[in-house]
Amino acid sequence: MRILTVSISFFLALAFVSARQQVVGTIEKNPGKPLVAVADFRATGTTAPTLMATFNSTVQNDLQGSPVINFIPKTLYPLRIPQVPNDLAAGLAQANAKPAPTPGFRLADWYAPPAKANYLGIGYGAEDRGLFVVFAYLYTTAPNITDLQQAQVFGKVYTASLDQSGAIDAAHHYAADILAQFGGQSLIGTRIVFVSDRTGAKEIWTMNWDGTDQKQITKYNSISTFPSASPDGRIVAFTTYASGYPAIQLFSLDTGRKLPFYNQRASMNAFVSFTPDSKQIVFSSTAGSGAAQLYMANADGSGFRRITSSGAIEVEAKINPKTGTDIVDVSGRSGLPQIYRMNIEGADVQRLSAGTGEATNPSWSPDGSHIAFAWTKGFEPGNYNIFVMDVITKDTTQLTAAEGRNENPGWSPDGAHIVYASKRGRQSQIWVMNADGTGKHPLTSAGNNEKPVWVNAEK
Amino acid sequence: MMKQRMPIAVLATLVLGLSAGCHKKIPPPPPQAPAPVPENAPPSTKPAISYFTAEPTTVTVGQPSSLRWSVADATSVRIDNAIGEVSPNGRRGVYPTATTTYHLTATGPGGTSEADATVTVSSPPPPAPMQTAPQPTIQEILAKQVQDVHFDYDKSDIRAEDQAIIQGDAGALKTVFQMDANFVVTIEGHCDERGSAEYNLALGDRRAAATKDALISLGVPGDKLKTVSFGKERPICTEAMEDCYARNRRAHFSAAQ
Repeated sequence: MRILTVSISFFLALAFVSARQQVVGTIEKNPGKPLVAVADFRATGTTAPTLMATFNSTVQNDLQGSPVINFIPKTLYPLRIPQVPNDLAAGLAQANAKPAPTPGFRLADWYAPPAKANYLGIGYGAEDRGLFVVFAYLYTTAPNITDLQQAQVFGKVYTASLDQSGAIDAAHHYAADILAQFGGQSLIGTRIVFVSDRTGAKEIWTMNWDGTDQKQITKYNSISTFPSASPDGRIVAFTTYASGYPAIQLFSLDTGRKLPFYNQRASMNAFVSFTPDSKQIVFSSTAGSGAAQLYMANADGSGFRRITSSGAIEVEAKINPKTGTDIVDVSGRSGLPQIYRMNIEGADVQRLSAGTGEATNPSWSPDGSHIAFAWTKGFEPGNYNIFVMDVITKDTTQLTAAEGRNENPGWSPDGAHIVYASKRGRQSQIWVMNADGTGKHPLTSAGNNEKPVWVNAEK
Repeated sequence: MMKQRMPIAVLATLVLGLSAGCHKKIPPPPPQAPAPVPENAPPSTKPAISYFTAEPTTVTVGQPSSLRWSVADATSVRIDNAIGEVSPNGRRGVYPTATTTYHLTATGPGGTSEADATVTVSSPPPPAPMQTAPQPTIQEILAKQVQDVHFDYDKSDIRAEDQAIIQGDAGALKTVFQMDANFVVTIEGHCDERGSAEYNLALGDRRAAATKDALISLGVPGDKLKTVSFGKERPICTEAMEDCYARNRRAHFSAAQ
C-alpha cells in the first residue's frame, strides 16, 4: 500500500511539473489569432519622454481589446528591447557571437518562448519643431523570413500635438494600423452619444469612443433623452420634452444644428432606429390611440405608416444593421416586457428572450449575429444585468454581475466592445467592456450619465 | 324814641325789684318756654343740580365718556347704572357698551332732584351674514379635490380601490370646467423607477389614457383633458422601497400649459 501511494505521488508530481511547463506562455484570448508583442517605446527630447507612459498604455489597451489578435503580456518579453531597424540589424549580425548576447535584438528572440510572438512592434518617440513624432514599426518574426526588409510589415511616422492628448492620438493610430493588418476595424473617429444631467437637466452629449472630448449637443434645459444614431455617423435622433410632450428631434453631428423632423400628432413619439442606408427609420408612436406601436417613415418623419398592431406596448425597435430586413423590439404583449423579433413589415413575430423577468434595451452586433440586452433574470424588478444572445441558437451569456444596475448596452462598430450604463448607489455612469465581459472601465464621472450609443465614424 | 322808652323800662325794673324786696308777695310765674316751631315752617330749597353732563355724548364701543355733575343742597347723590353713591361734585369715566342714559338722584332736606345724561354708543356695522362655505378657486380644486390615481406594477387599469377617487375627481373636474369653460387639464402618467425608462414612457402614457377614459365615461368633457407621460422621469420620491414605488405609480392632474 505504501509503495502504491508513493508511486502515485511520484507520477502526480511528474505530471504536475510537465503541466507547469506547458502552462507557461500566453493564455490565448482569441484562439487561432496571431500573437503580437509591442515593446514599450522610449523617447528623446525634454517633453516627449513624459508622454511615453500614456502612449504605451494606450497602445496596449487598444490591442488587448481587439478580437483579431492576441496581445502578449510584457512580462514575457526578452530583456533587451530594440527601438529601430538598426537594432534588429545589429542583432542579426551578432547572431553567432560568443558569448551569446542578451536576448532581445533578434527577431528570433521574440519568436522563441516565452514570448512566442508572431509579430513585433518597435519604435521610439521624439520632438520635431514643437510636435510629438513617433517612429513606429511592425515586424513579422516568422523564422523563414531572414531578410530584415522583408520582415518589416510597415514603418510609419505619426505626428501629433506635443501633449498627453497627442500621445493618445498617436497611440490610437499606431494600434489601429497594427489591427488593420489582421482585418481589425479602427475605432478612430467613432463616437458615443449619451445623456448627461451634469448641467442640471438631461441633455444629449457626445464624446470620443475613449471618453475624451465630452461635449454638450442640446441645451433645452428640459428632459432630452433616448438618443440613437444613423449608421452613416451623421445624425443623432432623440426624444425631448422641449415642446411639452415627448417628441422626436434630429441633430446633425457635423454642425450641431437641428434637422427637420415631422412628428405625428401623438402624446408620445420616441425610440428612432435607422435603416442601414440611413434613409428610413422605425420608431414608436401613440398616434393611433391605444398603446405605443411601431411606425416606419422617411428619416425626416414624412411618409409614416404603422407596422404593428399588437394592442400592447411596442418600444425600442432596432433594425438589423447588417440586413436591414428584420427588427427586434421590446413588447408587453405577453405581460412583463420581453424582446421580440419580427421582419421589417411587422410580420413573423417570435419571442427571443426567455420569458422570465423583464428583458429590455436590445442592441444588435454589427454583423447581425448577436444582440446585447438588459435582463432582470433571476432577480427582483430593477436589478438588470447585461447579457449577449446568439440570435440563431439563443445561447445567452451574462456579462455583468453584482456590479450595480446595468442597462442600455451598445455595440462598438468593430463588434469587439460594448458600451453600457452602470448605476451603482445613486449615480449612473457610462462604462465600456470587451464583448466577452472583460476589461470593464468607466468613461464618465461628472453627474449622471446614461443611455450610451456607439456611433460609426462618418462615412 | 329810645330815650323816651328807657325811663319806662327803668321804672318797671325798679317796681319789680322793690316789690320783691319789700315784702312777701306771690312769686312771678317762671318765664314761658319759647313758643313751639309751627308745622308749616317756611320750606328749604330742593337740591340744586347745576349740571349733569356726559362728554362726549357719542362714542363707539370701548371708548370712554366722562360724566360730570355738580349738586348743591344735597345730602345724598346717587347715579344709577351701578355707579352708586357719589360726592356732590365729581366726574366719572364710563365705558358703556350700548346707548345708556345715566340717572342722577340728589336727595336733600329740601327734597329730591333728578337729572339724566345720555351716552350714545355707535357701533361698526356687523359682519355680513356668514356664507355656508367659501367658494374655492380652480387652483384650489385642482390641488385639493382632484386626487392622484394609483396603479399596480406594470399595469394601467383603474383598480377597484381607486373607483371612488375617480368619481370624486370627475365631480371636481366638472365643477372646474363649469367655472371656466376655457380651462384645460393635463393628466400626467408616471411610473416607479424599477422598469426601463423606455418601457415606462409608454406605460405612463397608458395610465394617463386609462384615467382620461374613466373620467369621460363619468361625463367629464374629453376635449378638456390632455394626456402626457413622464415615464419615470419625474418621481415624487426616490427611496428604493415599496411605499415610494407605489406613490410614484400614479396619474396626476395639472393645469394644461
